[in-house]
Amino acid sequence: MIAHAIVFYIFSFIAIISAIMVTVSRNTVHSVFFLILDFISISCLFIMIGAEFLGMIMLIVYVGAVAVLFLFVVMMLNVAQQKNEWFNASESSSHIPVGLLVSLVIFFELIIVIGGWKYKPEVLDSISLNVDTNITNTQSLGNVIYTDYIHLFQLSGMILLVAMIGAIVLTFRQRSGVKRQSYIRQISRERNEGVELVDVETNKGVKIDA
Amino acid sequence: MPEYFSILISEVFKILILLVPVLVSVAMIVWLDRRVWAFVQKRRGPNVVGPFGLLQSLADALKYIFKEIIIPATSNKVIFILAPIITMTLALISWAVIPFSENFVLADINVGILYLFAVSSLGVYGIIMGGWASNSKYPFLGAIRSAAQMVSYEVSIGIIIINVLLCVGSLNLTDIVMAQKELWYIIPLFPMFVIFFISALAETNRPPFDLPEAEAELVAGYQTEYSGMMYAMFWLGEYANILLMCAMGSILFLGGWLPPIDVFPFNVIPSPLWLIFKIILLFVLFALVKAIVPRYRYDQLMRLGWKVFLPLSLTWVVLTAGYLMYFDLLPGK
Repeated sequence: MIAHAIVFYIFSFIAIISAIMVTVSRNTVHSVFFLILDFISISCLFIMIGAEFLGMIMLIVYVGAVAVLFLFVVMMLNVAQQKNEWFNASESSSHIPVGLLVSLVIFFELIIVIGGWKYKPEVLDSISLNVDTNITNTQSLGNVIYTDYIHLFQLSGMILLVAMIGAIVLTFRQRSGVKRQSYIRQISRERNEGVELVDVETNKGVKIDA
Repeated sequence: MPEYFSILISEVFKILILLVPVLVSVAMIVWLDRRVWAFVQKRRGPNVVGPFGLLQSLADALKYIFKEIIIPATSNKVIFILAPIITMTLALISWAVIPFSENFVLADINVGILYLFAVSSLGVYGIIMGGWASNSKYPFLGAIRSAAQMVSYEVSIGIIIINVLLCVGSLNLTDIVMAQKELWYIIPLFPMFVIFFISALAETNRPPFDLPEAEAELVAGYQTEYSGMMYAMFWLGEYANILLMCAMGSILFLGGWLPPIDVFPFNVIPSPLWLIFKIILLFVLFALVKAIVPRYRYDQLMRLGWKVFLPLSLTWVVLTAGYLMYFDLLPGK
């Protein structure tokens, strides 16, 4: 058990330190790297409590895809200078009360949830599912997601789809004057359409239709 | 405390037994790659150092070790040094779950295939970090390109893995291999194997998809500012990743350590040898593609990933699931 505890404290220490560094570090790209470190240590914690499926999905989705896109955007935007201006500007203090309020609400919610779990064991009875510990957690998750909670699952998929389509619609713009390659036209082109022999009259030239 | 100590020693010993052959075979596979490449183009390839040039990689490694490591003055030093280390580490830790036979596996975890997928999707960070920390135009462009490319092709690889998982009913790599005892999945899922192979080329930045380091446009892409042993680490990591993709392909589609038919001359060959043989076979295919096919244009690459492979593999998921459901063949009932 001692080894288990030591490993747990190492991971949680890294998680907390990197979470602090995300907000503290002045370089935005460094912030994203610390965020990635945070994700990785949280997924290690997931794996330590036996939720290996969630841990791996966390790695694949957040670290492998979401954080890459974060990094992509942050590197392209060159936000390092902008952030300093925002920091020094006098109106930056107006963000502080809102941020404080939001973080306090989240903090109290966490306290209620975790405190209920720890000090009132009957909270656990309100979970309607009985967890079968004999099968792997991938299997038990699959058993409920696709049967009892199929509508919620589909609904969350729909929400993601709507968000995706919305993002595409917002950023999509049709540019004129761009020559696009059409594979079908290229392949279906034949020799007699490709080359044409013309007798050019002097001082008249040839009319080319595009 | 002594029992922890003995566990530690035995695990380190096991890890060394696995990793030393992997590193040696990475060196050998570089030689094989260059030889195949040369034979296709009617050249000799490396044939001077040692018998058949087998020790060429060793000579190269020696050269890299004695070269000076140059760190650009304007680079972000910590991340610059971290990038090749991360590439190399990620390429090596994934070997922990590869089963070489029924009992010969370092960590037989429940979610083996997810672990492999997660680690290979982390591989992009080595490249992005290297490209960004160099603080130079070419590496940065290479890094941005590779980020988009690897994320795109991971999607289709993930969906192909779902196809296999539908047939197996387990995420454990040993279970995946054992489910192919009757029939290797390359036969019913052949189109998926082709797409997996091409996506693996793109995922490991191999030609014809080596746009992150396209030398004609980007000098050497994200590796431009790297020199000496740090460059060699990028290079080793890349080849270790290629080997890993070959191993993944042979486990998912070619029956892992299983012999093709369970009769006399085949089933006496020890099972790790079968896996190694399949990995080498896939790798020779990788090398042949490198020699034969010209490099893709970037928009063609993106079109292939999102408009061809993604719909195809999604359709195949629906087909596989429908078939298994209709004929009541779904596993785990």
